[in-house]
Amino acid sequence: MAVTKNSKSSRIVNDFSITVGTVNGSGSSTANNTILRALFKMGIPVSGKNLFPSNIQGLPTWYTIRVNKLGFVARRDEREIIIAMNPNSFARDLADVQPGGAFFYADDIKQPITRDDITVYPMPIKQLIREQNDLPANLRDLVSNMIYVGVLAQMIGIDLEMIRSALTFHFKGKEKPITLNYDAVVAGAEWARANLEKKDPYYVEPMDKTHGMIMADGNTAGAIGSIYGGLQFTAWYPITPASSLAESLNEYLPMLRKREDGKHTYAVLQAEDELAAIGMTIGAAWSGLRSMTSTSGPGLSLMTEFMGLAYYAEVPVVVWDVQRIGPSTGLPTRTSQGDLSFSAFMGHGDTQQVILLPGGVDECFEFGWKSLDIAERLQTPVLVLSDLDMGMNQWMSKPFEYPETPLDRGKVLWEKDLEELKGNWGRYLDVDDDGITYRTFPGNKHPLAAYFLRGTGHDEYAKYSEEVPVWLRNMDRLKKKYETAKKYVPAPVVRNMRGATIGIIAYGSTESAVDEARYLLDKENGIKADFLRVRALPFNKDVKKFIEKHDVTFVVDMNRDGQMHQLLTLEYPASATKLVSVAYGDGMPASAKWVREGILAQYKKPTAAKAAAAKKVVKAKAASKSAKTAAKKPVKKAAPKKSAKK
Amino acid sequence: MTDILPMAGANVQVNAVGLSKNDYRGNPSTLCQGCGHNSISNQIISALYEMNIQPDSVAKFSGIGCSSKSPTYFLNRSFGFNGLHGRMPSVATGGLFGDHTIKGIGVSGDGDTASIGMGQFKHAVRRNVDMVYIVENNGVYGLTKGQFSATAEVGLSLKKQGVNQYLPIDICMEAIASNATFVARSFAGNPKQVKELLKAALAHNGIAVLDIISPCVTFNNQENAVHSYTWGKDHEAPLHEISFVPARQEILLEADMQDGEIREVELHDGSTIVLKNLDKDYNPTHRWEALKMLEEAQRENWLITGLIYVEPSKPSLTDTYNLVDTPLNRLTDEDLRPTRESIDKINAMMF
Ligand SMILES: Cc1ncc(C[n+]2csc(CCOP(=O)(O)OP(=O)(O)O)c2C)c(N)n1
Ligand code: SF4
Ligand SMILES: [Mg+2]
Repeated sequence: MAVTKNSKSSRIVNDFSITVGTVNGSGSSTANNTILRALFKMGIPVSGKNLFPSNIQGLPTWYTIRVNKLGFVARRDEREIIIAMNPNSFARDLADVQPGGAFFYADDIKQPITRDDITVYPMPIKQLIREQNDLPANLRDLVSNMIYVGVLAQMIGIDLEMIRSALTFHFKGKEKPITLNYDAVVAGAEWARANLEKKDPYYVEPMDKTHGMIMADGNTAGAIGSIYGGLQFTAWYPITPASSLAESLNEYLPMLRKREDGKHTYAVLQAEDELAAIGMTIGAAWSGLRSMTSTSGPGLSLMTEFMGLAYYAEVPVVVWDVQRIGPSTGLPTRTSQGDLSFSAFMGHGDTQQVILLPGGVDECFEFGWKSLDIAERLQTPVLVLSDLDMGMNQWMSKPFEYPETPLDRGKVLWEKDLEELKGNWGRYLDVDDDGITYRTFPGNKHPLAAYFLRGTGHDEYAKYSEEVPVWLRNMDRLKKKYETAKKYVPAPVVRNMRGATIGIIAYGSTESAVDEARYLLDKENGIKADFLRVRALPFNKDVKKFIEKHDVTFVVDMNRDGQMHQLLTLEYPASATKLVSVAYGDGMPASAKWVREGILAQYKKPTAAKAAAAKKVVKAKAASKSAKTAAKKPVKKAAPKKSAKK
Repeated sequence: MTDILPMAGANVQVNAVGLSKNDYRGNPSTLCQGCGHNSISNQIISALYEMNIQPDSVAKFSGIGCSSKSPTYFLNRSFGFNGLHGRMPSVATGGLFGDHTIKGIGVSGDGDTASIGMGQFKHAVRRNVDMVYIVENNGVYGLTKGQFSATAEVGLSLKKQGVNQYLPIDICMEAIASNATFVARSFAGNPKQVKELLKAALAHNGIAVLDIISPCVTFNNQENAVHSYTWGKDHEAPLHEISFVPARQEILLEADMQDGEIREVELHDGSTIVLKNLDKDYNPTHRWEALKMLEEAQRENWLITGLIYVEPSKPSLTDTYNLVDTPLNRLTDEDLRPTRESIDKINAMMF
């Protein structure tokens, strides 16, 4: 932050961003991951984001790493260090460096250096790689990325031992690639030590803030979570940014569900399109399997008719939507929260869908298994809305926690149960008065087990019906079931700040940006904000309470239209005037800057009377609390950040 | 596990698994009287009864259309899934994973399969899903009141639709081109052949495509269609109100057809189709010969009936997945959730 205020000699430690500009397809991901991993192993809170084009080879792509000692790891708009490896983005990269920042570049790029307010470090990458004698010619381009890793490590102080251990992890202990890559890192570092004079202020120093944490992307986490949820069937169709979720199933299922007889307890099938993917997944769910599919915007649109069927015929299917920015094909490799309204009512006719909104990688894991439980408990589709930033980028997170509750298969009747009931059951008979009925699976041998599932009007016994009372009864029951859903979906997370005068509601991947924005609003603007993170639809009463409690609540959306704001306004019309939309969608991961600026732009200072009242309340509360808690543990700190917590 | 309750009365005839024909029936049909689809339902009932197949070991699938309604009219004791227009193949593909011992019986129409569902149809065929895939082919969209389907012959004229401009799609050819392992054609008015082919199809491991010509008494009948349209309109009745359709006789072949025999059959509207039974020495195991024969028949304007192609030894879709013996939908938590110890290993892999 505020580099220009500092003299150049003052050190800025563990609080800046590093951006690497490369050509898409040049194989820089190993190099960038190595930097990220080494920093993580040094105990520094860190995140890594790939900002890439919809292209396989040739277009510019950036990888940005943020280190932050306080644990704020959302994308940072300011770019303190840029490493320019791509002639096509050179001028832009040069222009993007923060005043006072550092600019490393491959010296074979012969372009004018037009700035004197930054430190510039040329790197003889080509020359150094030629000097790597053991390196086969075909690996030169790939390994040459390791040279900048070495130069950077030397200049900002990344421990080379940590780099070696990062490479060892990456290459799963295979000596040859580890050595080839490490030698190039060392060559870069040695050259830099001998030839470059440190002039920029950026340093990393070891901390202990990543101990016990993991680093993962949301797609991997969601896939593994689903496996712990007993996933049995997935049909999917490739689409960025969702593909790696299904591909992770292929990677981890054989490992985690290995059996001695070599047989399989699951099936993963690549379908011919998303219509077929959702059709197969719904078919499998009807047949009694824990079933999930994963997709992104265009695929989700194709699934609409089937989602209406699953809602109406009550088939428990889980759909992960790893959102990218639309409408239409949009920007296929850019992130968004733009599918929320569409998902909420997905399907024609009166449809209400259950939606889960994971806010971090650990929650992707948790909602991986929970979504299957909830779907089967409620016998309805469950959409899990993640996004590209959460799904494909590397996030620091608490470790995955083993589920403490057994699989919830919901209300299922097998032969024995039907015998006890003397065959007296109806597929859509609401015997428990919670809107949720009982189901049976194909293969059930009781002569009265079978029913014919249909998307056409049906009565309590799944028989075709066009009778008006039957239709109304069924639709009312579905509504009741949606009410029941509130009991089963994850409640929102609320974090209050003492003396807060405003509320902020957000969801999904924007949490770390919002946390940081709250910290800055408090520190720099003197505005204190309570925070509620919505984790599911339908909303439960905590959301209502939160809105009612605050004079004004800012609703943060990473889309143009403020879709969460729309849904909240619909749900709580009486509070509509208290809700202010902070909506922005440009495809980039959320940053604290836009959240904060978005709030400030619409922030109205409370009147003097109100401010005084707020202060009084705080005082009163503090007094009563200190009395109450004197004997107990200290009051829980209103921690502004979650990511730094252990 | 529960014993099968004997449902048959004292004097009712039962098959080898102790079930009467009633145990294979469905609800009364609400299709037009004389509709070819009804006759196919009856043959499905007979074939399963005669083959002593337990109703719980098959599952019914269909899309949307008059044809797709028909699974309501057979096998009430079997599970079923009436899905979306053209999407029966995907539902069946996933739906047969729950219990791999179950055989699928899918019923679709020519619109459902050869227009909106062509993609899913061909992919289900390619994957060799373990099911009998019946197309009740009437050359029109019955349920939406008589539009051309993709199997309608060129030059056919229908009230309100004009003259069909396009060459028809041959479902058998499409199936063979997509590597089907069993392809047959029949005519709803030839119940004996329909039943025999159904039995062969049920015995086949993998997908068995049955293209059954099944005349629509209501809309492939020009005079009558006019009548029923005007009738329906004047009375503002629901469009598929069947009581407006005068009961018609189902078209049945008068005598069995012999191998190689060619026979002209008159349809309700007075038009004719020409059926040709496959020759006695026709070898249905040769893909290329099968296509050649269909091509020849097309030129002659014959509808070839019989078993056109079979490849009995290919594994079905679920075979290729090497699934555990217990049906997947009967597995327990221990089978499905990885151990508690494994989570540490996984966390250690995350960076
Ligand atoms: C997505 C969708 N589009 C259109 C329809 C309307 N529709 C219902 S049945 C049908 C055609 C049925 O024709 P076919 O499959 O040949 O069955 P038939 O009634 O002739 O047996 C159509 C177009 C629909 N149900 N769904
Ligand atoms: S409209 Fe045609 S296809 Fe539909 S039930 Fe009547 S006769 Fe059969
Ligand atoms: Mg038809």
